[in-house]
Amino acid sequence: MSSSNLRLPNQEEVHKNLPAKAEGRKAKRFFSFKRRYMAFPYSIFLLLFVIFPIFIIVVYAFTETTESGSLVFSFNALVGFFTTPTKLNVLIVSLFIGILNTLICLVIGYPVAYFLASKKYNTNTILVMLFVMPMWINFVLRTGATRDVLSWMGVNGGNHPYLATMIGLVYNYLPFTILPLYTTMLKLDKSQIEAASDLGANRFQTFIKSIVPQSVPGIVSAAEMVFMPTMSTYVVSDTLSEGKITLFGNIIYLNFSQSQWNEGSFMALIMLILVAVSLFATRKFQKDDSRKGGALW
Amino acid sequence: MVNNTEAVALPTETLSTTPTVKDPHKLEKFQKRERAHNLIEKTLAQSFIWIVLILMYIPIMVLIAFSFTSATNIGTWTGFTWQLYGDLFNDAEIMTALGNTIIIAVVSSIISVVLGTSGAIGAFYSKKAVREVIENVTQIPVVNAEIVIAMSLTVMFVFCGSYLFGGTNIFSFWTLLIGHVILSLPFVYLSVKPKLQQMDPALYEAALDLGCNQSQALRKAVIPEIMPGIASGFLLSITLSLDDFIVTAFTRGAGLLSGDKTIETLSTLVQAKIKKGPVPPAMRALTTVIFLFVLSLVIGVTIYRNVKSKQRKVRKGRGN
Repeated sequence: MSSSNLRLPNQEEVHKNLPAKAEGRKAKRFFSFKRRYMAFPYSIFLLLFVIFPIFIIVVYAFTETTESGSLVFSFNALVGFFTTPTKLNVLIVSLFIGILNTLICLVIGYPVAYFLASKKYNTNTILVMLFVMPMWINFVLRTGATRDVLSWMGVNGGNHPYLATMIGLVYNYLPFTILPLYTTMLKLDKSQIEAASDLGANRFQTFIKSIVPQSVPGIVSAAEMVFMPTMSTYVVSDTLSEGKITLFGNIIYLNFSQSQWNEGSFMALIMLILVAVSLFATRKFQKDDSRKGGALW
Repeated sequence: MVNNTEAVALPTETLSTTPTVKDPHKLEKFQKRERAHNLIEKTLAQSFIWIVLILMYIPIMVLIAFSFTSATNIGTWTGFTWQLYGDLFNDAEIMTALGNTIIIAVVSSIISVVLGTSGAIGAFYSKKAVREVIENVTQIPVVNAEIVIAMSLTVMFVFCGSYLFGGTNIFSFWTLLIGHVILSLPFVYLSVKPKLQQMDPALYEAALDLGCNQSQALRKAVIPEIMPGIASGFLLSITLSLDDFIVTAFTRGAGLLSGDKTIETLSTLVQAKIKKGPVPPAMRALTTVIFLFVLSLVIGVTIYRNVKSKQRKVRKGRGN
């Protein structure tokens, strides 16, 4: 018996063999449902509220609102950004604080994730939940709490704006660092680590040559989840530094509250370009899309 | 033959770090030292975890502790009282904000789940080129900074208001809702997609063969199969919406429980308060309530998971 005899008829064949009556009924229907049509509303929604707004901010970034209310082409926002030292300063401070916060979160979060994921050190799964739990308590409330406790201990935006802001940022983003690192650590190849130590590597060498390279995707996605959000944060820097530190988020918020749509759009566009650049730079490390709480539930 | 075994035995002896069984006394000593070493390591690791955990919880715990005293500032203890809890439930402002927050979270999550699930199903059965375009666009709000999403939506609403709606202010509950849906929609898509990929492709065809029409086949065969993905997408949407500040602050208008005034959610209300002074006393009680709620949820989920995995083990054992 050849295998071709066992083959199931495919859809065209089925249709060919159907009685003519059924086909006639099908043809009469003006609109026949196909599963792929279900993507229509979703696609239209994305087009209207993701693609179109980005197009609009590009338009606003390179135009100017005249007194009559019409938009005319202009480079004012661009020139304004590159000639105002305070605005360039914001970019530098944001980059600096973003990098610093990413590093601190990784330095604290990496060992925590490693210890939590390794059966040798920890067998308690509820501990992992405890680390993620602050994410479910309103973050503005947590930020306020952090500020109040810090100022109770004598560190406030008035005397140590940078210290207070850094502490607030680390508090806020540490759970987001631990989660992707933890999910990567769970998938570490145990036999490779064992092989490394069997072949004579000491603990440090095993760590550097086997564990760290294996956890690079986790490190990259953790960094991705901290760096950009830190640069564009508004609440944390505004609350903890009492308005003394201006990050990208703060300046866009300021533009928003003063209805400066053209300047605001230009700043948002720069932020968008930074996002695209960082995405492009980390693209090759991204093996799976288990980002931002993907493994949370 | 003899040569062969020797050749195999030789490298293991030279490479192995543990002493051979020839010397039982030495072996015992080695094992003892190893055990002590592991114990110390485990203690250090555990204490590191706990120190970080305790540091992380200090602000929340301090707020909770001072929710049982009625002083305006934390750090001063004026005696134990439940007064703040009474204040909390009588505080119209907080209760309105809480109501708004919950309504927005639930409504936006339901819309996201319906749109996102149907989008994922549709894209899954579309041609590869179409699917790739949809997926790339889906990634944009995921990787984008929240403030850019908020700003771009706001500028678009301003643009539409002034050029399409004749200079009116279109900011309302609906613009806010759109903002929250955009925030969570891609995550619904991304949590449903893997479930579709894991699904047995013959299932849908089988349902059709057994007499279902297309929508019945989707409802009775596909949806139950991808339900875990839909559920996790819904929970993720709720979490994102509850915690959101930036998109809310940018896209909100008047309406909902706030009536003619600008909609306040918990995030925007707390932000407005802490900009002027310390966390208001009633909010400390609110923190306790939220904390206990989340904690019981976490414990409940963990117990449920443990029970479920044990059941699965038992079932597997019986099968064998």
